[in-house]
Amino acid sequence: MIAKSSAMAAAGVAIAIGLVGMPGAAEEIRIGFIAPITGPFAQAGKDMVNGWEMYTDEVKNDFAGATIKFILEDDQAKPPVGVLKAEKLIRQDKVHIIMGGVLASTGYALAPVSTREKTVYIAPVTAADDLTQREADKYPYFVRTGWTSSQPTHPFGEWACEQGYKRIVAIAADYAFGYETVGGFQRTFEECGGKIIQKIWPPLGTIDFGPFIPTVKQDADAIFTLMVGPMSLQFPKQLAAAGNTKPVIGGGTSYDEFTLPSMGDEVIGHVSVLQYSAALDTPKNAAFVSKYREKYGKVPSYFSETTYTTGLMVHEVMKQSGGKWPGAEEFVKLISRVKVDAVRGPLSLDDMRNPVQNIYVKKVERKKMFGYDKEELWNTVIKTYPSVSQFWKFGKAEFLKQPVYSRNFPPCQYCE
Amino acid sequence: MRFWLIQTFNGISYGALLFLLGSGLSLIFGVMRIVNLAHGSYFLLGGYVALSVILATGSWVLAIPAAALSIALIGLLMERIFLRRLGFDPLRQVLLTVGFAFLFQQAALDIWGGDNKDIIAPASLTQTAVIGGVYLPGYRIFMIAVASAIGLVLFLVMENTRLGAAVRATVDDAQMARGVGIDTSRISMFIFALGACLAALGGVIGGAFLGIYPGLDFQILPIAFAVVIIGGMGSLAGAAIGSLLVGIADNFGKALFPEVSYFTLYAPMALILAVRPTGLFGRE
Amino acid sequence: MASHNKELAVAGGLLALGLIAPFTGSFIILLITRGLILAILAMSLDILLGYTGLPSLGQAAYLGMGAYLTAILATRFHFGLDWSFWVVILLAVLLGAATAAIFGLFAIRASGVYFLMITLALGQCIWGLAYRWNSMTGGDNGINLPGRPAFAILLSSDVAYFYVVFGFFVVSLLMLYVLVKSPFGRSLEGIREREVRMRTLGYNTWLHKYLAFVIAGGFGGLAGVLWAHANGHVSPEDVVLTTSVDALLMVVLGGSGTLVGGAIGAGLVLFLREYLSTLVPWWQYVLGGVYILSILYLPDGVMGLPARIARSGIAVGKP
Repeated sequence: MIAKSSAMAAAGVAIAIGLVGMPGAAEEIRIGFIAPITGPFAQAGKDMVNGWEMYTDEVKNDFAGATIKFILEDDQAKPPVGVLKAEKLIRQDKVHIIMGGVLASTGYALAPVSTREKTVYIAPVTAADDLTQREADKYPYFVRTGWTSSQPTHPFGEWACEQGYKRIVAIAADYAFGYETVGGFQRTFEECGGKIIQKIWPPLGTIDFGPFIPTVKQDADAIFTLMVGPMSLQFPKQLAAAGNTKPVIGGGTSYDEFTLPSMGDEVIGHVSVLQYSAALDTPKNAAFVSKYREKYGKVPSYFSETTYTTGLMVHEVMKQSGGKWPGAEEFVKLISRVKVDAVRGPLSLDDMRNPVQNIYVKKVERKKMFGYDKEELWNTVIKTYPSVSQFWKFGKAEFLKQPVYSRNFPPCQYCE
Repeated sequence: MRFWLIQTFNGISYGALLFLLGSGLSLIFGVMRIVNLAHGSYFLLGGYVALSVILATGSWVLAIPAAALSIALIGLLMERIFLRRLGFDPLRQVLLTVGFAFLFQQAALDIWGGDNKDIIAPASLTQTAVIGGVYLPGYRIFMIAVASAIGLVLFLVMENTRLGAAVRATVDDAQMARGVGIDTSRISMFIFALGACLAALGGVIGGAFLGIYPGLDFQILPIAFAVVIIGGMGSLAGAAIGSLLVGIADNFGKALFPEVSYFTLYAPMALILAVRPTGLFGRE
Repeated sequence: MASHNKELAVAGGLLALGLIAPFTGSFIILLITRGLILAILAMSLDILLGYTGLPSLGQAAYLGMGAYLTAILATRFHFGLDWSFWVVILLAVLLGAATAAIFGLFAIRASGVYFLMITLALGQCIWGLAYRWNSMTGGDNGINLPGRPAFAILLSSDVAYFYVVFGFFVVSLLMLYVLVKSPFGRSLEGIREREVRMRTLGYNTWLHKYLAFVIAGGFGGLAGVLWAHANGHVSPEDVVLTTSVDALLMVVLGGSGTLVGGAIGAGLVLFLREYLSTLVPWWQYVLGGVYILSILYLPDGVMGLPARIARSGIAVGKP
């Protein structure tokens, strides 16, 4: 009798200790990642996944006590597929956050889904300007950890003036990303006295630039290019073969590490601008590049850096919320206040939830870097513009008054 | 003046590449009455195989026959094992080639990855000739030379050999050809393999010019169709003329009227088909 | 009578679908809705391919016309978001038919593989238009629709929208069924089998083919409206060549010339593309493999399975 009751008492105490001593179960945060895994932009998608994976592995999937469940879906870079996959992730997998998208068109299609489903959408890559500018009100759950198309080219226009260029021909892929990149450049370049004398728009996916290169005006000081994907690889080759001697400058995607290893000597000396370069000579980046290289066998591109940094930012938010999911609205508020010292440099978000970050002007050089024993092509940073926002030096209100950069805006007033 | 010269030259060189692609497609149609929707895949696979050969042996020269022959083998197997089973049912054969195109696309992605790749041609070919102040990239000259050579060889075989006569007979009237003892199923097999070989050749040569990447297969396919449709299905001369026309029209269209550059290809195609449903030089 | 059994089976299947769908989960119902819309497109193609013998690789163009019309009316003119939705449906059907009427003048002169080619070219022209005409179509960014229409019911509810689409599907199926069973439909089959004979019998085969083409275009336009609202977004990717190829494959997989086969094929392809792709990374091999095997061994598609099984002597029950 007595033994039984003391046994029960002992059991009761044991249970009590067990309950008190038991750690809280780790909260699982589900992130739905939408990226092209097949199709012409498959490499960008894989780079993005790798970058995220590397961060998660580094912190052993411990985000201040929470663990992240990563669900990957292939959108083939097609907006209708992206929308369906987003719905699947949100409704079936019940993700807390959807992340990803490569092309601007995907961003424009996914943003309304995030509003409709009241789910956070973090875009590490999609650069379409208006998502955090004139259309930002429509998308209260949308956060960008990457850039806007015109963000790097605003300071670049001033840089071009400083080099003494007066007349520039712009040749860029014929879609929104191309228009916005050139638009930003044209705005600042013409404000400091330069002139864009010609705009050529090869269709997205052009690989034979034969029709376009001979139309480039011969009396230009330099050529500004914006190429993406396979176009970045072929354009400089064909330009060089056609006998071009003018300096070539361009948007970041034309020479990003995503395609640089496959390029040849024809791009040495070409200058471009982006918020990241794998050749950024900081200890943080050196470590990042070496580790990435060891893990994935190649130098990281900006696609990888941006998801890696996104991981860092999500981690910061989880730290502030004590490892618990704070709810969609609160998450957006918290991430808007995050300031990190990322691989690309210091980063914070402006009040439209777009990054304020360093912009690097970089030049292609062949050299050895970060302890690798072979000479390769690197984008050496030659100038840094700190704390650049999507509005550059124009005030936000004034900037938003003008229409979004398009094929015809700014108008080509000096075009001959 | 220089502008017109360069554009014409560019157009011809682009047309040269298209000839490699289109001649195979045209012959396959002529003999078998099927539109090979896996033709773009042959182009892509040719480029990828060449790339692997170059990486393994460092020889670009070796890569060309290696790629052409291996893809020809794939074409042969596809025809022998699968297409033949359907007998004479062009629609279902076309659909079958689509299924294969999907398979090839996924296999290529799994084997070679998603990076945009490039074949580095030998330095001797990438020099630029300067004639009268006009820059003529050496590689384009090479493309024109190769396409012309192959076109000439094909023409000579078609016109002057028994095999060529048998092929022409089959194109003209398969039943009649069988009637005089020509083994049309052998001819089909041979032509299909040849078509695949030519497409792969195009992929190797084009690889240094256009690059190699996932999606190139379906990107290049409509352009190959344009060549074959405009020139006429089943006609080698038609393929030559068609590729020249498409190459030049596409170049000038894009240079002079970039607004409508997507139409410069498809609108003429539709118009020509409307007037002459079999293409300019085609056969019923 | 066999066809009576078939009709009962189809009716039973539809009833079951209508009752079960809302309980399948908030994502599956989206897939089913999209499947029904693609089924309308596939059935319209079946009229051309299965019944008239005209293989078209350009049906996506009519879907695109309907979809873009809906998007442009909704965003630029704020039209189509209430009872005017029904007007938009009518306009889209007319636009699809009108486009087909123009294209048909080019296309009907050809047949067989040439018809395939010319419809491909025409479809690509529409794609080029969607891609280039930035000011109207938004170019590669496409157009976001402001939301689904709301009249007596709120179509923003996925279940409500499912029933609306289901209704259109059933109506389309019935209309097309009446069409193929009518003398006109019989003539189309006659043209598929032996056009020359039909002509010698005095039929205006050109007109028959042309009308079939226009009708298919009209239904394509209808599918376009429903598609635009299903996605909430219209993009040139909706009218890309692969969509037309998919439609063709749906008809062939399901069984051409059976009308319902198109619907079954649509369901199958959608399942493979959208569901299997979320489970395994090698789904493209399955997709390709299924196509190839069915083309080789199932010439009459899925609808032909019962007959095949019966023929191979595994029949059970009544003869």
